Amino acid sequence: MLMQRSCRQVTLLAAPSRYWSSIPVAPPSLQPRLLLFLSQRFHDIETILSWSSWFKNRGLRQKNFFYGYTQQNYGDNIAAAYYILSLKGGFRFAGQSEWFRSDRRGKFNWDFMNHRDTSIEEVDVSNTLINYTGLENLVKQRGLCTLSVSGCAEVDDWFLSRLHIFQDTLEELDISNCPRISVGGLAALQKLRGLRRLDVSSLPRLQNPGLVAILLEEMLPHCHVTAIGYDHSLIYSHTQTDG
Amino acid sequence: MSMWKGLHMTARAAHGIHVSLRFIHKHTRLCTLWSRNISTGRPVQNDFFKDLENQFKAFREKAADAMPGSDWTPFEKNRSLPPERADIVIVGGGVVGWSIAYWLKQKEMIRDGVRVLVVERDPTYSQASTVLSAGGIRQQFSLPENIHLSMISADFMRNINEHLSVLNEDPVDLQFNHSGYLFLASEKVAHIMEENYRTQRYAGAKVSLLSTTQLKEKCPWINTDGVVLASYGLENEGWFDPWMLLNAFRRKAISMGVYQCFGEVTGFRYTTNTMTTAEGDTVDFRRIKYANVQMPNSLEYQPVECAIVVNAAGAFSGKVAEMMGIGLGLKDTIAGIPLPVEPRKRFIYVVHCPNGPGLDTPFLVDYSGVYFRREGLGGNYIAGMSPEEEEEPETNNLEVDHQFFQKIWPHLAHRVPAFECLKVTSAWAGFYDYNTFDQNGIVGMHPLVNNMFFATGFSGHGLQHSPAVGRAMAELILDGGFKTLDLSAFSFKRIMTKEPMLERNIV
Repeated sequence: MLMQRSCRQVTLLAAPSRYWSSIPVAPPSLQPRLLLFLSQRFHDIETILSWSSWFKNRGLRQKNFFYGYTQQNYGDNIAAAYYILSLKGGFRFAGQSEWFRSDRRGKFNWDFMNHRDTSIEEVDVSNTLINYTGLENLVKQRGLCTLSVSGCAEVDDWFLSRLHIFQDTLEELDISNCPRISVGGLAALQKLRGLRRLDVSSLPRLQNPGLVAILLEEMLPHCHVTAIGYDHSLIYSHTQTDG
Repeated sequence: MSMWKGLHMTARAAHGIHVSLRFIHKHTRLCTLWSRNISTGRPVQNDFFKDLENQFKAFREKAADAMPGSDWTPFEKNRSLPPERADIVIVGGGVVGWSIAYWLKQKEMIRDGVRVLVVERDPTYSQASTVLSAGGIRQQFSLPENIHLSMISADFMRNINEHLSVLNEDPVDLQFNHSGYLFLASEKVAHIMEENYRTQRYAGAKVSLLSTTQLKEKCPWINTDGVVLASYGLENEGWFDPWMLLNAFRRKAISMGVYQCFGEVTGFRYTTNTMTTAEGDTVDFRRIKYANVQMPNSLEYQPVECAIVVNAAGAFSGKVAEMMGIGLGLKDTIAGIPLPVEPRKRFIYVVHCPNGPGLDTPFLVDYSGVYFRREGLGGNYIAGMSPEEEEEPETNNLEVDHQFFQKIWPHLAHRVPAFECLKVTSAWAGFYDYNTFDQNGIVGMHPLVNNMFFATGFSGHGLQHSPAVGRAMAELILDGGFKTLDLSAFSFKRIMTKEPMLERNIV
């Protein structure tokens, strides 16, 4: 039990989650401070703490493996479909109206295996661990129309720069609530000339959301940009007046 | 130990006495409220107890120094001097130098396997090329080695937090803008652009060629007059903050145990081994034994005994090489070939244009040599141009020549009509570590100085190639040869045999 507790504190310490450090962070409680104190004095504790981030990276890599073997044996579409379902996302084949999803425990219907030759049209991988390397599984889906990566913690600017693969067909993109996206990645969306609906709500790293929304609308003239969930109120600065 | 405990207790007791005395103080002051207090005894008593506390504190510090594990020595030592012995001394604390230091520590097989020292002359980095650069990275080169260097560096920057994150510190944020590079070609140079495109696609870079109509569709703010072909980088191209990258390398390298010293390398002590060739000429093989590091604003220097010296001094690498006598030999010998790296001054102007191109502005490089990119979201842009060979500005200072902008502006206004009304808000100058031989980096050993390695002369591409060059140098030093990327084409040998590896640019 003690080991478990210290493991959780270890992840608290080692997880690089302080992306917006202007928000005041409460000073860590005793146990992370003790671990930090020990890690600065003992090499073995420092190594054990670095293992925790290594394990987390390994878990992420395993989720986003390239399903090359599946692609070889069952075709690109089945491999992409299996990848999406293993991430606990959902998709819809082109020409069909029913969605294939996996439930909370990871179980899904194997009927998608019957459609080897249909490409995927809509993909919903919101709140999953998809990242840049995982996108490799989806590059063959040249008919992709809708992509939703809302709330994905691993989607960053490099992921957005890779979306140029779908530049002709992608019409709807939802990247709201992704904590790693910043203006540099949004500039990469200029290549998606077919985009009609873009959702950039509640991106924590955007400093000037109103201005960015206007610039996006200028950049993509045929696209409707949704940017809700921001506080656009003016910041009043207190100026000292000399008596 | 018991003496220490006793010491602590007496300190607390003394503090207690002090407190109770203060209480007595207040009490007596209350009693003497009506009678004036003219005695001088009380302040003296105050000082005595304050002094007592200070004396106890000094005694505690002396006792801590006397304990084993403290670094007290009877001799006065200057703590900013570098260590007396280091395995590898890296001359130059720019992004290339720190990248090499990080990769050396990353590749060592055992803890403290190599002792690395990075010597940087200027702690404020006021003249360093790293922090004064425009910060762009592109894959659109004509040499496959350059393309691979950029691709590997982009991969590194994508996973930068896996490589360079330090425990309990903020994650690294390079502020990478993925806007891509856009090169424009006139009719004369379109064939070069097509050949380069083939090389780039073969090497794996994601580049696309655009015709004039496609270019006009993509960037309606461009005047496509004179443009026949354009080449646009789709992925892994853009610009970032060079100071963040430098600090990320530095922070991680220091956390892994690299020594940092602010000082200037003023000379080397070396041994010479003279051998005669079959024709009877003598050749001097030198081996560096000590590198003299002089402290800033002082005559004090420390000879650092070292095994390997890496010359990553950027624009000033030529001077460091001269200290070893490279280039000071007879005219027709190898010793007479200097390191062909010299500083060249380049200007960057910050302009403000409210009606300029928006968020989708790429890093545009015109065939006339003018380039510009967006800076921030407020309608500011950064523009510059490489001057002709005859008009190279002087390099003894970093003053900006504002008249030079008058040469840039017509080209800018011709290419982007919105730039006809712009305002120059600021400008700065920086040095390129310009390789006068073929404008590409020099990576590798010198044939006559057996333990000096070069990683310099990148002529404006050092920043974007720094992670890959760092890894290649670490492999060369620790593994004896290049393992992941073969940069033997960039060795010093091509300067001796006079075979330049020129970039076939369109500018």
